[in-house]
Amino acid sequence: MVGTSEPALVHSPLEEVHLGLGARLIEFGGWLMPVQYTSILEEHRAVRQRAGLFDLSHMGELFVEGAEAGAGLAGALVSNPPSLVVGRAQYSMICAPDGGVIDDLIVYRLAEERFLVVANASNAQVVSDELAERLGGSKAVLDDRSLATSLVAIQGPASAGILGPHTDVDIGGLRYYGIAEGQVAGIPALIARTGYTGEDGFEVFVESSRAEALWHALADAGREVAIPCGLGARDTLRLEVGMPLYGNELDRSTNPYEAGLGRVVKHDKPTGFVGKAALERVYRDGPAKRLIGLVMRGRGIARHGHPVWAGDRRTGMVTSGTHSPTLGTPIAMAYVAPADAEPGTILAVEIRDARVEAEVVPLPFYRRPD
Amino acid sequence: MVPTDLRYTKDHEWVRVDGDEATIGITDYAATQLGDIVFVELPEAGKSLEQFGTFGVVESVKAVSDLFAPLSGEVVEANGALAGQPELINGDPYGAGWMLRVRVADSGQLEELLEPAAYDALTAEG
Repeated sequence: MVGTSEPALVHSPLEEVHLGLGARLIEFGGWLMPVQYTSILEEHRAVRQRAGLFDLSHMGELFVEGAEAGAGLAGALVSNPPSLVVGRAQYSMICAPDGGVIDDLIVYRLAEERFLVVANASNAQVVSDELAERLGGSKAVLDDRSLATSLVAIQGPASAGILGPHTDVDIGGLRYYGIAEGQVAGIPALIARTGYTGEDGFEVFVESSRAEALWHALADAGREVAIPCGLGARDTLRLEVGMPLYGNELDRSTNPYEAGLGRVVKHDKPTGFVGKAALERVYRDGPAKRLIGLVMRGRGIARHGHPVWAGDRRTGMVTSGTHSPTLGTPIAMAYVAPADAEPGTILAVEIRDARVEAEVVPLPFYRRPD
Repeated sequence: MVPTDLRYTKDHEWVRVDGDEATIGITDYAATQLGDIVFVELPEAGKSLEQFGTFGVVESVKAVSDLFAPLSGEVVEANGALAGQPELINGDPYGAGWMLRVRVADSGQLEELLEPAAYDALTAEG
């Protein structure tokens, strides 16, 4: 084909709102999204101490329904969605036959025969295509509503108090990793008590046409307490609690066991699943590399791509790193040889010309108090 | 309008010359573009700088940025306060956020730098 070009960036239904708030927008997963409004540090602290509002419209929302929805997903994913009670969710992954991770996901059970699979923006189309293929021939029906659905998250200890009065859903009764259907400020919504920050919080799914109304309702309900937060703070928040980012900690060349997520793979479920044989071998033989947490002990910030050394031996690579606003020191996640993965091990990160000392620590770096 | 007693590089460093010594930092424009500054790497006293060569690094939460010397010279002192308070650069880039004091080798090099109005014009286009 002559003259192929990159697909145009997708615009969030909340873009005008972000521009009005003075947000800096960046390209992310094919979308134009806010990276920060005021300051990443301020937004990060707001979520840890009070609450933050996030536009997550870029995420993919795939509904799977019908008589074989549960069984179909059990065969397509590494986890066991049929084991979910209605109104509950699980973290999952979709893997290739060789066990490599195609995406990490959350699967929500909305009804006996109705599931919602939420995928990362950068992988939404790939996941949709893979699921369509893996579910093909079964009675399960895939409905990709990614563009028709908007997601706004409110995260932080003040979230429940902000959202509670404005929804008919019993927020007090909604447990972590639960989902309920109802309305927020009169807008039909799915409300999930899930998030990517390590704080209490909610992810609210609505029709895209209602996104602006939802955002304004939550911003108004949270005025003085909650502030808008962008992808910059989203990244520092998830890194502090050791959550992986697809493209950094997870990709086609890593499997769940290497990432420390073997608990997500349910080998004992009744169905086979894509990647089972390869993953069984990894489980039996042990992973070739292991994801660790690092706290810098010398001066320097480890970043994605920096080599990691164990003495004179190159042992791995940093997958994510930043200055941790909560800890006040630089933190990082890295893949290293299993022999070097024990907490307390002293390694070195190659930052420009220097090798800077770092200590292996258990994940997460931060746990919310309670 | 940037301070009128300073001169500027196109990479957003400023320099204040005082006899045969100069003070160097980065502009408010640069600090704003970077966002919250969380780390600065500066040379020690005695290190030589070459005009427009890199002399260190400034890091925000998300970005790493090289620092370019406005003038050649020898480092007299690096601002020790920046190790513990890199945010001084965001708060007071021309004052408490200063980065280096250097002994200037050739003050004629100032002619290579931008006058305040020229720097303002540069950043207005951005």
